[in-house]
Amino acid sequence: MQFDENAPVLEIKDLNLSYWTRAGEIPAVIDFSLTIDKGESIGLVGESGCGKSTVAMAIMQYMGGNGTIKSGSIKFKGVELNTLAPDELRRLRGAEISMIYQEPFAALNPSLTLGTQLKEVPIIHEGITDREAHDRAVKVLGDVRLPDPERVMAAYPHQISGGQQQRVVIAMGLLSNPSLLLLDEPTTALDVTVEAGITKLIADIAKQYGTSQVYISHNLGLILEVCDRVFVMYSGEVVEEGTIKSLFTWPKHPYTHGLFGCIPLPTADKNAAPLKPIRGQLPLPHERPTGCNFGPRCDFFADGRCNSRDIAMTQVTGSAADHRVRCERWTELDFAAEISHDEQKPPISIGDTVLEVDGMQKYYEVHDRSIAAIIAGQSVKLVKANEALDFDAREGETVAIVGESGCGKSTFAKVLMGLETATDGEVRYGGTNIGEVPVRERTPKQIGSLQMVFQNPSDTLNPSHTIGGQIGRVIKKFGVESDKVKIRERVLELLDLVKLPRDFYIRRPRQLSGGQKQRVGIARAFAGNPAMVIADEPVSALDVSVAAAVTELLTDIQREHKTTLLFISHDLSVVRYLADRIVVMYLGQIMERGTTDEIFDPPYHPYTEALLSAVPIADPEVTKREIVLEGNLPSVMNPPKGCPFTTRCQHKIGIICDEERPAVQMASNGHAIACHIPLDELRQAEPVIAVPKAEERVHVTQ
Amino acid sequence: MAEATATPSMPAPTFGAALMRAIRSFALLRESWVGMIGAGLVFFWIAVALLAPLLAPFDPNATLMPFQKPGALFPGNETVAAGTFWLGTDQLGRDILSRIIWGSQTVLIYAPLATLSAYTVGILMGLAAGYYRGWMDDLLSRVADIILSFPVLVLYIIIIATIGASGVVIIVAITFASAPGIMRIVRGLVLDLRNRDYVAAAQTRGESAWRIMLVEILPNARGPLIVDACLRLGYVIITIGVLGFLGLGLPPPNPDWGGMINFSRSMALAFPHMVLYSCVAISSLILGFNLLADGLREVSLRD
Repeated sequence: MQFDENAPVLEIKDLNLSYWTRAGEIPAVIDFSLTIDKGESIGLVGESGCGKSTVAMAIMQYMGGNGTIKSGSIKFKGVELNTLAPDELRRLRGAEISMIYQEPFAALNPSLTLGTQLKEVPIIHEGITDREAHDRAVKVLGDVRLPDPERVMAAYPHQISGGQQQRVVIAMGLLSNPSLLLLDEPTTALDVTVEAGITKLIADIAKQYGTSQVYISHNLGLILEVCDRVFVMYSGEVVEEGTIKSLFTWPKHPYTHGLFGCIPLPTADKNAAPLKPIRGQLPLPHERPTGCNFGPRCDFFADGRCNSRDIAMTQVTGSAADHRVRCERWTELDFAAEISHDEQKPPISIGDTVLEVDGMQKYYEVHDRSIAAIIAGQSVKLVKANEALDFDAREGETVAIVGESGCGKSTFAKVLMGLETATDGEVRYGGTNIGEVPVRERTPKQIGSLQMVFQNPSDTLNPSHTIGGQIGRVIKKFGVESDKVKIRERVLELLDLVKLPRDFYIRRPRQLSGGQKQRVGIARAFAGNPAMVIADEPVSALDVSVAAAVTELLTDIQREHKTTLLFISHDLSVVRYLADRIVVMYLGQIMERGTTDEIFDPPYHPYTEALLSAVPIADPEVTKREIVLEGNLPSVMNPPKGCPFTTRCQHKIGIICDEERPAVQMASNGHAIACHIPLDELRQAEPVIAVPKAEERVHVTQ
Repeated sequence: MAEATATPSMPAPTFGAALMRAIRSFALLRESWVGMIGAGLVFFWIAVALLAPLLAPFDPNATLMPFQKPGALFPGNETVAAGTFWLGTDQLGRDILSRIIWGSQTVLIYAPLATLSAYTVGILMGLAAGYYRGWMDDLLSRVADIILSFPVLVLYIIIIATIGASGVVIIVAITFASAPGIMRIVRGLVLDLRNRDYVAAAQTRGESAWRIMLVEILPNARGPLIVDACLRLGYVIITIGVLGFLGLGLPPPNPDWGGMINFSRSMALAFPHMVLYSCVAISSLILGFNLLADGLREVSLRD
């Protein structure tokens, strides 16, 4: 196995990949070509089912029992990978080509110490001694910026946090100095601020180690921050490729352009410039049309030209770097001219206050039954999930609750829904304090007027019952209708409302896609004519274009019914797009609250500042101030006595932050910040996200 | 649009639709040859049980000619027609083939009944323990632990010898001994399923706890339970056989495979045919259920 160090690190030509299933052969990737030089970072972007993970698996020659490389070549440093024996492939994997997966906890063996797992890599591939392997591992752990590497070496995976686990996995990938690193959505399972740290790390590593990278993601913002070149895939084919600058500023393919229209960029506005979801559905692999796969969904489809024969990649003339597109009509398309302003929607009129949260507190008791704890008198510990929550919501308004895992937003949703009761404080809804009324004791009318849309579309519906049955049950339970025929009518009306075909009535959830299931979840929530709907990260598990469609659906329904929407999310881009007012939570307490504009402009709470800086934005002309948080999330059972953010705060002023709870400062009527730093100082901060005005832009987006 | 056929107002499916789906899912079994063999054996014995009056050459309790070897001829007498003792006769002169054929009815009635009864109790206990948690879970789990800690045979002997052997008592005894094991399986499944969003959605609708358990959670646990049911049927058949062998089975003269083996035990060395064929019958039926369970598990995993 002789490597040619002068050849490109990876050279893929005309690759065709297929899977063999019960239904026959399914082509997964068609006509894929890619060249990576030393030190280059390539992004592979696409939605579910486009084949990007399949390509990564094929590079590793690990396609599973039923996957085959039908044709084409994959050359790693000049060596054709198809020709290698399993033995040689084994030596290649982990040493020359490493792969990093999505779930860090699943990638680490829970019963071995991290040191054992890390040392395994160089010991097996290079045969060095244990001592040398240990030293090298400690060095790489330092490179991935893990504090206290020696302690991490001795720890087990469950003893460190998710972000740290992913850093360890990255370290494992780097230990034998691979030439190529494959990363398959490495940050999807992580919190936003943690994700920002890992993303920066990955970008730096490429430079430091000279490793080439293939970064697979569905998030265009992340690709912008990490990669040099990007490939956009749709339904098994690459539809466009180019440098970051070229592709992001001048997308040539209608699908790429459509993707950008689905992302809530800073310039989007839910009333003036709403998201433009891509119409239609992804074609099933065995139902791909002749010619362009994107044809049926394309606004610029030309019958006869676009569906007559397979379309090859053509070079974009006038672009300095390698920008190629797979489109018949790209020379004729002018997206700027296509912008029409009749998609503007009327703003929702805000009414009176419907929800008042007044000093709400929710503590959980954790009983430590060990003898030692009982003797010490500390057998009952309190988890302070929510502390002193204060805000209100008005009719027709969208209030977003923003925070990362462990901030208490789910607990708050549970108290509102009646699955838990508040330990102190009041939650006034429709006049009554529902904070102390569990759902069992609420009237059907109360229950029906406050409903929830859940996060995970695959779990939100009962797989054993029909769609119609499930929605009908809700209607019957809330007493909206009682006659069978009327219930059925109402269910069909709801299906129309969420733009699903009426014959989904008899279907079961497993016959629906993720986006369709989420629409049914929305239909179910609105079945009882609720006055307020809590949406718990409703689109975070969906693809970009599907998420855009569901988001637009939610706003349309809200506009029509004047529903108050309580939107829980960690994605500040979507929040900026949807919310009228925002509440930022950290470790159970409110750090800042105000209108969307007030939150996104200075004065900032330090945590808000870090959150804003962590949001990946897919607009190359938007500049962000970089703020990376160090330190760890404190344990909920042992929160800091003073400000909860003190362990990670980049503007910590001193002991007062550790000792004293900050007082709430009012920057303006309705804009509250809980911080010790005086307001005047906070007002002097520079904005975190700078959006250039339309005139200053190279390329007009909306 | 098929609006006439579907009358969906309740989330639970109609029985007819469920039956159709069950039949269609059996068709999937074609994929697993192991499952096919198992299904073949099971259906063979079901057919034998159904057609017993037609298949059995003699009355299973008629004492005709003792100690006949397999293949011996029966010349016939005033009341009984002539025929062949294909599998020989036992020491009382009863035709073994007929007893095996009629015995299949006994097994295939009592075993499913006992399993069903055990499942009903086990599912109710498991649902309550897994959903409510807290003291109810502790109580039920400890009760289950206590019952499971008894050696099974000792348990049966205690129950049946005390109350007396009869069909109902056997079913009760088997239920008592099997329910805790089923409860543990169901409890494990419920502990996982109760965290799903659709259960939370039902709770936030204000549904009653038992409705959530039976309508929302239980239908989604049916996969592993069906596989377990097949396996457990096998165990129950062994149990009925063992009880028969110990003399605790159905009182004579009901032909009961285990009882047949017990009855002719002392003759086994001289006349092996008296016990051999009953053993083969029991083994083949249990093997059938085990292979069927394996096949179902294989097919369900593949989806």
